[in-house]
Amino acid sequence: MNKFAPLKFTEWSTVDLNYSVLLPEIILSLTGITIMLVIPFVSKDRQVSLGYPALVGIGLAVLGLLMEWNETGMAFFEMVFQDPFSQFCKMLFLFATAAIVLMTMHYLSQEDVAEGEFFSLLLFATVGMFLMAASADLIMTFLGLEVLSISTYVLAGFKEQERRSNESAIKYFLLGAFSTAFLLYGIAFVYGATGSTKYLAIAEAIRTSESEPLILLLGLGLMVVGFGFKVALVPFHVWAPDVYEGAPLPVTAHLAVGSKAAAMVALVRILYQVFPELGPEWQVLLWMSAVLTMAIGDIAALTQTNIKRMLAYSSIAHTGYLLLGLTSHNKLGTQGILYYLVAYALMTLGAFTIVQIVGHRNEQYIQIEDYRGLGYRCPFLGITLSIFLISLAGIPATAGFMGKFFLFAAALQSEMYGLVVVALIASAIGLYYYLRVIVLMYMGEYHEKETLITIPISLQVVIAIMVLGTLYLGIFPGTFLHLASEAVSF
Amino acid sequence: MEPQLITLLLIPAVGSLVIALLPRPSGRSLKGVALLFTVLAFLYSLLLVIQFRPQLDTMQFVKNISWFDVGTFHVRFHLGLDGISLFLVILTTFLMPLAILASWTIKVKIRSYLLFMLWLEMGMIGVFLSLDLVLFYVFWEVMLIPMYFLIGVWGGERRIYAAVKFFLYTMAGSLLMLGALIALYFLNHARDFDLIQITDRLTSGEIVLSPLTEILLFLAFFIAFAIKVPLFPFHTWLPDAHVEAPTAGSVILAGVLLKMGTYGLLRFCLPLFPNASILLAPLISILAIVGIIYGALVAMVQPDVKKLVAYSSVSHLGFVVLGIFSFNFQAMEGATFQMLSHGISTGALFLLIGMIYDRRHSHLIKDFGGLAHVMPRYAAFFMVFLLSSIGLPGLNGFVGEFLILQGTFLENPVYAVCAALGIILSAVYMLWMYQRVFLGNTEHEENRTLEDLNLREGVILVPLVVLALWMGLYSSTFLRRIDTSIQRVVDRIEQVRPAEVYRVEYRGP
Repeated sequence: MNKFAPLKFTEWSTVDLNYSVLLPEIILSLTGITIMLVIPFVSKDRQVSLGYPALVGIGLAVLGLLMEWNETGMAFFEMVFQDPFSQFCKMLFLFATAAIVLMTMHYLSQEDVAEGEFFSLLLFATVGMFLMAASADLIMTFLGLEVLSISTYVLAGFKEQERRSNESAIKYFLLGAFSTAFLLYGIAFVYGATGSTKYLAIAEAIRTSESEPLILLLGLGLMVVGFGFKVALVPFHVWAPDVYEGAPLPVTAHLAVGSKAAAMVALVRILYQVFPELGPEWQVLLWMSAVLTMAIGDIAALTQTNIKRMLAYSSIAHTGYLLLGLTSHNKLGTQGILYYLVAYALMTLGAFTIVQIVGHRNEQYIQIEDYRGLGYRCPFLGITLSIFLISLAGIPATAGFMGKFFLFAAALQSEMYGLVVVALIASAIGLYYYLRVIVLMYMGEYHEKETLITIPISLQVVIAIMVLGTLYLGIFPGTFLHLASEAVSF
Repeated sequence: MEPQLITLLLIPAVGSLVIALLPRPSGRSLKGVALLFTVLAFLYSLLLVIQFRPQLDTMQFVKNISWFDVGTFHVRFHLGLDGISLFLVILTTFLMPLAILASWTIKVKIRSYLLFMLWLEMGMIGVFLSLDLVLFYVFWEVMLIPMYFLIGVWGGERRIYAAVKFFLYTMAGSLLMLGALIALYFLNHARDFDLIQITDRLTSGEIVLSPLTEILLFLAFFIAFAIKVPLFPFHTWLPDAHVEAPTAGSVILAGVLLKMGTYGLLRFCLPLFPNASILLAPLISILAIVGIIYGALVAMVQPDVKKLVAYSSVSHLGFVVLGIFSFNFQAMEGATFQMLSHGISTGALFLLIGMIYDRRHSHLIKDFGGLAHVMPRYAAFFMVFLLSSIGLPGLNGFVGEFLILQGTFLENPVYAVCAALGIILSAVYMLWMYQRVFLGNTEHEENRTLEDLNLREGVILVPLVVLALWMGLYSSTFLRRIDTSIQRVVDRIEQVRPAEVYRVEYRGP
């Protein structure tokens, strides 16, 4: 039977679509659609409470995910995988999205822009991230990426009254469209070279062919560029600081954590599962990018005065560390990436939550200078932000250190000494700008500010969970490392 | 599996928890709790000395459990104690209650101050006890954070500069070490990070490092430790940190933190990389001698007493490094002894400087003069520790420096002669400072009414005097327990370096 011929109606019953695999995606989409449908019936000032159904949807998705936890296989015409890797990533995405929904609820009530669509879009973006992590076909990857991106373009420009938010959305949209073109072009080349868009079929075709046609390398290169935009690799990072700065804070957190993680894991799967044979080629490419990403991210972060921008550049630098794991092309590398993504999500989400609380209405206190004396003005935020920053700087007893430790180990296992030296220097530079914030919070002169900082219970819980997670992963790395190592199934 | 070491680590940890959770405490009660726990830790650590068996040449009180063990990672929570670390642990637990007592004058943010102090104590003890490379690294870094805050929040005028400089210097060095220890792990065929196992495998030739690898790994570890010591070109963070730190911070910094560097050299660099150590020893010895003389000369011209003592540390620790890299049994034993002795005498000097600072808010030499008339007891205590720092026979400083010079002389007379200059210079800067601060007429009006030492300050200083005398007069209490462990390091070096004929064996007094 021709695999590509359309199914006749009578054949439908014989195909097992295996809907249960996509149960979490279905739940999230339905929740998103329901919220959209409900919006007209909810008055403007009460739309913030639409976050609760979103949270319920996320909770149900977690259950759906857990129901199928030990199952593996493929579904939907072999378009998506169901394997420990995708499940690990999905769990991480759900965790991040839940935190971002809580952030959003606070943000919307603080800014008086109560718009329920925010939650729907976040859920749709999460579905896109799910598909990227689980995809078994380049077309599905592309679809996932688009679902994620289009939702995010809208989210970035959500404060339509504000210039910076609009600038952010337009910039992200233009460069995003550009990168999508790269990706699609790459997919076309790969299809041309191998005759398939299915991951396994492409891998098989590459394995069995004697030579590596130029067209295949070109395709791979273009795809890496496409993803490079999304994860903000240098030299495809220029959009990131502006977009991060202009976007509403929960969206910035989503961009820095969820969207980046999704693109990263998709890239891991493609490089490790589809193109392992071309390892030497893409390793060189990523090696160079890793060096640049760490160096430029860190050096640019040094000079920032706006904390959102600083975190944007620092997130670029962290992508550089993740590349260390990607470039090393061994099991430890993948494991390290997954571990680091969890660690990174914990500390970055925590930090952004605090930035949002301190930022106050209209994000007016967003300069690093505004953190002067925070440790005394609000001890809870001071202590927790210090822990997140210490973790971002990679100091032991925090998740950030353990994550870096595994990534460095992966790179050393592949004997990439030069890269590790660069990463060590970058970490040392990174220390400086993280410490600078702590210095301001605790050590500088400060004058009593009249603004009172109030933290809603929900965000207190979010911050507490992030802090405990950061410390837990730093002191008892065993559990999560074990999970990560089980998740590396290819 | 013995519980002692883990208990010792837990005492300060529990103490910091109690301090963190105490509801509505007064400053006094917080200090009381901190004092209680540090004294408890000290008494408990004395038990270790009693139970310690000096003849055993293996680690004692070993606690070795899995920390995390996933895939290729086998990291263990491996603690142990031998003659080299025993007294460094005691030194830590001994100085800590004194530092807390000296912090009685701290008025602001007492709770977090004491929290950091106890956290610091746990970190330092952990560094001296860890036998797993990752565990060691974790403790080594973890203890940076409290020190950073102690300097940065409770320090002097330029505290922020000093704190950041301190942090960046140490961190830059230790990152190199991190790279090296992971590399060592893979050279160890990814079996474990266990220091003892790796040393054994290197000794038995099961793992062989190529010369270049060995030198690079050695340098990565060495630079991390050299920054901490601090050895000559890496010393510039030290005067800033010492001067700006609050009294207790300076005491711990000079008393214990610097020793972590020299301890690391003895524990890691020499046993793991003997060939590279021997190869680079001449260079390192020369740096150490430069440090000895340079530190002394710079100390001489300091207008600030605290800075003077800080630079004297550079000079004194130069002796320790020189002793370690002479690979002579006596010199290495002297170096270990000198670590303790420097902790006592310099710690005491910083405490004394803190006491005058509390009264006068200055440590500039020109603000004083004729203090001996106003504060006779203070002047007497100062004299004792000043003499012990110079190395007067009968006090602690003499034993260590004498052994180092004697041992070094047997290996290389020129080094010993050059280093001996440092002792003469130390007498010059110390006595000159004493003359300007304590002798002569009391010229400044505000100095005439200064109070002499009170009871609390007496309680701080008397144990230090007792120990200084004990170490000076009956050093074998200490040396006897250090012997075997030093011999093990020497044996490891001798294994790759043929012994020279004229070397004299020395077996305790």
